[in-house]
Amino acid sequence: MITLTHYLVLSGILFSLGIVGVLRRKNLLMLFFSTEILLNAVNVGFAAVSKYYGDLSGQIFSFFIIAIAASEVAVGLGLLVLWYKRSGTIDLDSLQMMKG
Amino acid sequence: MEKYLFVALFAPIVGSLFSLLFTARKKNVITALVTSGLLLFSFVSSLTLLFAVHDGLVLHVKLMDWISAGSLNLPFGFIVDNVSVIMMVTVTLVSSVVNIYSMGYMAHDKGYNRFFTYISAFVFSMLILVMSDNFVGLFIGWEGVGLCSYLLIGFWYEKESASWAGNEAFIMNRVADLGMLMGLFLIYWQFGTFSYEEVFAHVGSVNVGVVTTIGLLLFIGAMGKSAQFPFHTWLADAMEGPTPVSALIHAATMVTAGVYLVIRASDLFMLVPEVGHIIATLGTFVAVFAASMALVNRDLKRIIAYSTLSQLGYMFVAAGLGAYWIALFHLMTHAFFKSLLFLGAGNIMHAMDDELDIKKMGGLFGAMPYTAILMAVASVALCGVYPFAGFFSKDAILAAAFNGGNFYIWFALFIGAGMTAFYSFRLIMLVFFGDKVYKKLGFHPHETYPFVLWALLPLGILSTVAGFFEKPFEEFVTKVLDKYEFSMAHSTELGLIFLTSGFVILVIVATIYKYAKGGFSKQLETMPLFLLLKNQYYIPKLYEVAIFKPYYALSRFAWKQIDVRIIDFSVDMIAKILYRSGQQSRKMQSGNLSDMLRWMVVGIVILLAIAIFYRPMV
Repeated sequence: MITLTHYLVLSGILFSLGIVGVLRRKNLLMLFFSTEILLNAVNVGFAAVSKYYGDLSGQIFSFFIIAIAASEVAVGLGLLVLWYKRSGTIDLDSLQMMKG
Repeated sequence: MEKYLFVALFAPIVGSLFSLLFTARKKNVITALVTSGLLLFSFVSSLTLLFAVHDGLVLHVKLMDWISAGSLNLPFGFIVDNVSVIMMVTVTLVSSVVNIYSMGYMAHDKGYNRFFTYISAFVFSMLILVMSDNFVGLFIGWEGVGLCSYLLIGFWYEKESASWAGNEAFIMNRVADLGMLMGLFLIYWQFGTFSYEEVFAHVGSVNVGVVTTIGLLLFIGAMGKSAQFPFHTWLADAMEGPTPVSALIHAATMVTAGVYLVIRASDLFMLVPEVGHIIATLGTFVAVFAASMALVNRDLKRIIAYSTLSQLGYMFVAAGLGAYWIALFHLMTHAFFKSLLFLGAGNIMHAMDDELDIKKMGGLFGAMPYTAILMAVASVALCGVYPFAGFFSKDAILAAAFNGGNFYIWFALFIGAGMTAFYSFRLIMLVFFGDKVYKKLGFHPHETYPFVLWALLPLGILSTVAGFFEKPFEEFVTKVLDKYEFSMAHSTELGLIFLTSGFVILVIVATIYKYAKGGFSKQLETMPLFLLLKNQYYIPKLYEVAIFKPYYALSRFAWKQIDVRIIDFSVDMIAKILYRSGQQSRKMQSGNLSDMLRWMVVGIVILLAIAIFYRPMV
């Protein structure tokens, strides 16, 4: 029997994977992937809890997140292509213009 | 009639504010003219009020509510009655004369405009002091005149001795004012009000011990302002200020504020004769003590300053013995002749290029006869020779002392009168007669501007004739103050008058004779008594050793050890911690996106931890 705990553990594992990706990766594209993993880990959690309580609002929230993630990726990829055209690289360390 | 009160009170402050606009500018005669005009205006209003009060008017005006907090309700109230109107007329008259005189005296000073600002501000404060209908208003004026006195003593602030003297006067007055303040607190605690009227109405129903304490505390304040022992040293040092200031503030008006306080609170002091006795004893002591220091001093202004101290002692004797109207009378006549004496001294100083040593003068009569005559009139009035003003007021004080059965007070004052005669005529003889020492020293004295001499004339006339107003004055003032009954026989009184006058005239003649013959021998100046007097009984030295130096050491300790090591250190510590932590955390802002992401994660973890583990108290 798959219980709520299993879903939440899966969500946690996915989230950790995403975080490690965000921290370790230097490639911008990979960073976007990691962000998607983070968002979807949360989606899994929302959907599971929503089902468990029989409350639809969690699943509706997931839809919103998916929609926002899609638009975010569209904008982000556009910027990424632009940056690649300009500098010829998508390495994160090349983006150091805003020094404190 | 109220408009006269407001004109008298506010004309000086208008003049002060007007000339304040010019303080940063070059000398402008308009400041002097405007302030003099307004002071005269104030004087005329006061005089009008005097006549109105004589016809039975008592003005009591509440200008506005000033402080209203809890049960404390303090109106800005003014009262013009038989006592305060006398003070108003005296103050505005002397200040008008001094202001006009200063136009000549300060003519070449670079602080010309500033000087008139201060003088008018002083007159305003003094009027607040005398006209207020409650103790707090009196205290405000009290502090106001103290401030103006400080500013004017230190008028030539670039001179170190002047700024030192200003500080000395201010600080000594603060010390004494603490006593006064505590007296005021005690009054409020006991009576729940500061108004004279209500306090004096209920003063009989309060515990005598408390009234005694209030009286003593108020008298401590009066001692500071009137420079009575042991607060007397500031007055002699205050002579560092310009001479018109010495005449107005440190002879005629401000220093008499202490006497005025005792007179104003006479209803309170009357209930506690022990305090009155202390006041009279201290006054007697100061009268003789200060006169003895004047005997040997060679500084023109200091001699007159000690004489002021001595005369203040006389006033306190009268006030302490319950003869309040006599104290007020002597206060008034003294204001006339002492300011005249000081202003004459100012003329001499100008003629002698600010030289003050009377042994370097001599024979000035030929060069400045009018000043000489005016000063001689003032001196005779001070000594109390018939028919000059001092004769009436001083004799009344002596008679009051004798009448009360205080023979030792009478005898001390009698000796004091002899000393007064000696030092006054020593001064006159050394300055105006004898060898012309100044010629050898290369001075070219000359008489001052004629308008200055004309300005002095009213004071000269009043010094001569004011005494004849004794009876009307008594009648006028005792409508408010208590009458003082002389119980001794008329023949005794007459005998006393002849005795005192004879003694004084004898001393005067002896002094004139002695100094005409060439004065005392140099040998006298090595006598221990002479040295004791010359060094002012070593009291300034004692204060220096016993108070200034330890206090200086204490202040230095507090500065070096407590302030620098503890307070500064801890304040600097806070700044250093912030600065260092800023320096360290700057490294976070490297501009590298993955570094920022890392920090973001750290932040999220911390926030999560707080969200999970923090449970707010319910």
